[in-house]
Amino acid sequence: MQQRVALPHPQINADLLKNVLKAPAWYWGIMAFLGGVVIFGSVLVAYLLNKGFGLSGAHRPVMWGILIVDFVFWIGISHAGVMLSAILRLSKAEWRRPATRAAEVLTVFSLMIAALHPVVHAGRPWRIIYWSFPYDFSRGLWVNIRSPLVWDPSAIFTYLTGSTLFVIVALIPDMAVIRDRTTGIRHNIYSVMAMGWRGTPRQWKLQVVAGFLLSALLLPVFVSVHSIVSWDFAVMIGVEGYHVTIFAPYFVIGAVLSGVSAVVTMMILMKWMFGWGNYIRQEHIENLAKLLVVIGTGWLYFFFVEFIFALYSLESQEIALRELQAFTWPYWPLALVFIFLSYIIPIPMWMFPGVRRNIRIMFWSSLVVNVGMWLERFLIIVPGLARKQVWTFDWSTYHPSFIEVMIVVTAYALVFLLLLTFAKLFPLIPLFDIKEGDILGDEIVIGKRRVPALRVEE
Amino acid sequence: MAQMLGLFKEEEAEAAANATEALERAGYSNEHFEVLTGSPYPEGAFGEREVKHKLYVFPFMGALLGLSVALLLTSATQMAYPLIVGGKPILSMPAMTIIAYEGTMLGAILFTVMGIFFESRLPNPSPGIYDPRITAGYIGITLTVSDDRVNAVDQLFRRAGAADVVIQR
Repeated sequence: MQQRVALPHPQINADLLKNVLKAPAWYWGIMAFLGGVVIFGSVLVAYLLNKGFGLSGAHRPVMWGILIVDFVFWIGISHAGVMLSAILRLSKAEWRRPATRAAEVLTVFSLMIAALHPVVHAGRPWRIIYWSFPYDFSRGLWVNIRSPLVWDPSAIFTYLTGSTLFVIVALIPDMAVIRDRTTGIRHNIYSVMAMGWRGTPRQWKLQVVAGFLLSALLLPVFVSVHSIVSWDFAVMIGVEGYHVTIFAPYFVIGAVLSGVSAVVTMMILMKWMFGWGNYIRQEHIENLAKLLVVIGTGWLYFFFVEFIFALYSLESQEIALRELQAFTWPYWPLALVFIFLSYIIPIPMWMFPGVRRNIRIMFWSSLVVNVGMWLERFLIIVPGLARKQVWTFDWSTYHPSFIEVMIVVTAYALVFLLLLTFAKLFPLIPLFDIKEGDILGDEIVIGKRRVPALRVEE
Repeated sequence: MAQMLGLFKEEEAEAAANATEALERAGYSNEHFEVLTGSPYPEGAFGEREVKHKLYVFPFMGALLGLSVALLLTSATQMAYPLIVGGKPILSMPAMTIIAYEGTMLGAILFTVMGIFFESRLPNPSPGIYDPRITAGYIGITLTVSDDRVNAVDQLFRRAGAADVVIQR
């Protein structure tokens, strides 16, 4: 289905730079609210660090609580951007255009927020660099590169660096558009950021090639990042529920499911907040829903295989863990909610075109997928540790403390705050990409009808 | 010498293409003029010269450098504190592979971005003649001409359908 409306460039500029050039009053209201939540959360983090990690609900044997759950969750969300942007760019999917930047920016911010969680969880953040890369020249002690706690920062650093540069490179032409529409100090700042961009054929050619090349380079990195996050768990021989070979692909596809769902939620929010109905159209949401059906079903396959193989081994430890996850209070209701929200409710719904084309239903159904996927990470991490084992002498169940819950809430607020700050400084939809789509868009006459056609990008 | 910029409206891309043809007939090859646009057009749409670049070399150079640094760092780290664990070799290949992989990709990405800036000739502190209307959809054709030919080129642009001609001496 094509609903494209060819718009003149000045209108595209005006529409997509509306918030950058003059933000409406509601924008500042939301920013103030989110800022307040972030300040409150930061105070709680400071209090936690000052008094010690004992204020969290973490207790032997569950020393990884919802901060680590949230870490894995946000790493998962970060997979949306590059995966979506890279695959759609490489496959030259025309409907990618309004989705790419928002997805890439979501990647960057969610990755930053994800990386903050283990820092807080460590209790002494000022030592985190030393623990990750402990090059101790004075004592001759070096990094244990066999530890996944060293692999993890290296993977996240590579992914964060790559994704950030990806966003920056694609922003340059749009910086020039803002430069040409601002005056005074803002003009000077955007002039510096536009780096003398003029829109020569060489610059455009390199911009297009860069998009493809960086997409191709970031795709294998995104696969490696969540694989390595999964190995934080999978290489732990002592925890049966974690020590699973299928974890890497299972985590990656789970991340893609939650990430792409987050992009759908975000795109609908952008459409509503900024009135971008001409750019984020029904066809974009519908195509993303179709993609999600495929990804969700792939994820269900891995979930099923992981569960069945654990039971098939008939090892008492594995069976005890599955019993804990599926039949023991308080985990069984969470497990039920998780599977219903992640798959059983949304995916069959998205099989129907009427649902895929209903923006409100798509908003809520994509949102609940992420509630479910957050619970999935909780059910992997907490019950895995909560079992009473042979060498566990001090045992208690895990209840997240108020501070931990507030840190999770603050993480959401911070991601939204960063996204809205970005939306004030830069366009969340790439202007040049939309304009290029209009240039490549065309109509052909077949018999008595004029139908939309697209020339293939070279 | 004067720098000239002929501006053509967004919907008159054909007129811009005609102007470049007229410039070539007037003795200016596509080496002399440059087309400025606010969005990417199909290559050669305005008869501009083919863009040649060596961007594809950069990721390979970066990958090689990143791999070398990662291998050096991981092996030197283990050799510097040679603790034998469970009778296994000092150099742990699976762990090294993971960090080497990330190092390789990081090197490739960093060099690609450097290549993009280098090949795009950015940052460019003195970009030359320009008009903000370019980012509003206008198509610009720039060239440098001697003072005695300014009027002729101005006429040429206007005859081809230019909405405006900017001259900078």
